[in-house]
Amino acid sequence: MSSTAPQRAPLGMMAAAVLIARKDLAIEFRTRSAFAAALVFALVAIVIFYFAWDVTAVSATDLAPGVLWVIFTFSGLLGLHRSFAVEETDRALDALLASPIDRESIFLGKAFANLVFVLGVQAIAIPAVALFYNLPLTNVALPLAAIAVLAAIGLVAVGTLFSAMASNTRLAELLLPVLTLPFFVPVVLPAAQSTARLLAGRPVAEAMVWLRILIAFDIVFVVACALAFPFTLED
Amino acid sequence: MTSTPRAEHRPGIDWFLTGSVLAVVGVFIRAIFFTPVEARQGAAQKIFYVHAPSAFIGLYVGFGIVAIVGALYLWLRDERLDRVGAAAVEVALVFLTVVLLTGPLWGKPVWGTWWAWEARLTLTLFMWFVFVGYLILRGAIDDPEARARYSAVLGILGGLLVPFVHLSVYLFRTLHPMPIVLKPGRPSLPGDMLATFGMAMVAFTLLFFALLRARYRLAMAADALGTDDVAERTTMRTLRPEPVR
Repeated sequence: MSSTAPQRAPLGMMAAAVLIARKDLAIEFRTRSAFAAALVFALVAIVIFYFAWDVTAVSATDLAPGVLWVIFTFSGLLGLHRSFAVEETDRALDALLASPIDRESIFLGKAFANLVFVLGVQAIAIPAVALFYNLPLTNVALPLAAIAVLAAIGLVAVGTLFSAMASNTRLAELLLPVLTLPFFVPVVLPAAQSTARLLAGRPVAEAMVWLRILIAFDIVFVVACALAFPFTLED
Repeated sequence: MTSTPRAEHRPGIDWFLTGSVLAVVGVFIRAIFFTPVEARQGAAQKIFYVHAPSAFIGLYVGFGIVAIVGALYLWLRDERLDRVGAAAVEVALVFLTVVLLTGPLWGKPVWGTWWAWEARLTLTLFMWFVFVGYLILRGAIDDPEARARYSAVLGILGGLLVPFVHLSVYLFRTLHPMPIVLKPGRPSLPGDMLATFGMAMVAFTLLFFALLRARYRLAMAADALGTDDVAERTTMRTLRPEPVR
């Protein structure tokens, strides 16, 4: 710690989180490996799902919400796993822990980078689904974006915490879906249900019950995961 | 490993466990022979005396204990709390498995289908997956201290998850019989049945804690012998008479 580097004022919690997020996003932007993989996965899955159902029996509008949220869940897992897997190489995590930064900041930074990742996939996948499934998106674009952001926050909060835990186990990436998917139920279910209401042309008020669950989940689990995160990093 | 080395060798009978098993048997006898048959559901209704207590204990008592013990572990760092949590998950998993098996058994004659994506059964299934994930997580970590920490974190989050899963699956249209005992107002269960149900609740609660205690003791005994994993030790003895190493 006592190095020759000039003394600097310790970073604030948010400033440190932004720094971590920028680091992760810079790595991702320069390698583009996980994002490309998640995106291609999302697009392939959109196409496959279309043929997996009989579209003469189930209309594309009924199919789309489920397809969207299944895809986001699984493509999100690809990014979430990488979040801490990159720190395993050369034990980069130790350097991160040795730096004068709160553990909560590390969590928030990681989570924020993951959020950008998931929102990036959504920003391309939602229009792609609209195109392939011929959905009328123009009227519902704004509420749909709100649902996507609210759901992404929930997925990322839980996913980031479990990614930190899973990367330290013998099973590593195999464990992440096992741990996270049951926790994604109160995110994916409301998100898919409210998306379905919107696409069916129902008023936004009808989706509000579901949105309240999403908002409550986000608040509870962002706080709980940020508080629990330091306990996953003791060594 | 670091726990007290008194390897409590008590090959005698676990009276608590024996007593609670007898209580459960007694409840079965009362439920089958001395409680009236429900008019419309017939004999299938008797599954209720197993199904409902198991669900209540597995979900609420189980997740409650695991979450509280997890929080206490992160605070006090006492290894025994971790063993209690792990034992509670294993026992609650058995209770939830009973719920998931008896639900369809009752559903087939009464609803006409084994599985109907009914809200509370679905909730049980999701929480069952959380407990299975908990055990897989434990199996994937070698360091006992890290294992205890991760288990505690997962236990706390699991406790927080229950109301959310409950709410979201409940908003689906439900086929489940509405609550008849724990509801506002007086229970709408006939006296005989209510008495049997009350006895079943007591008997299954006793059984839960008796099994919890037995499983906890087994874990502590395994610790005292220097192995964290009872199963591993057993397989090593049976499969490999002369341990490598």
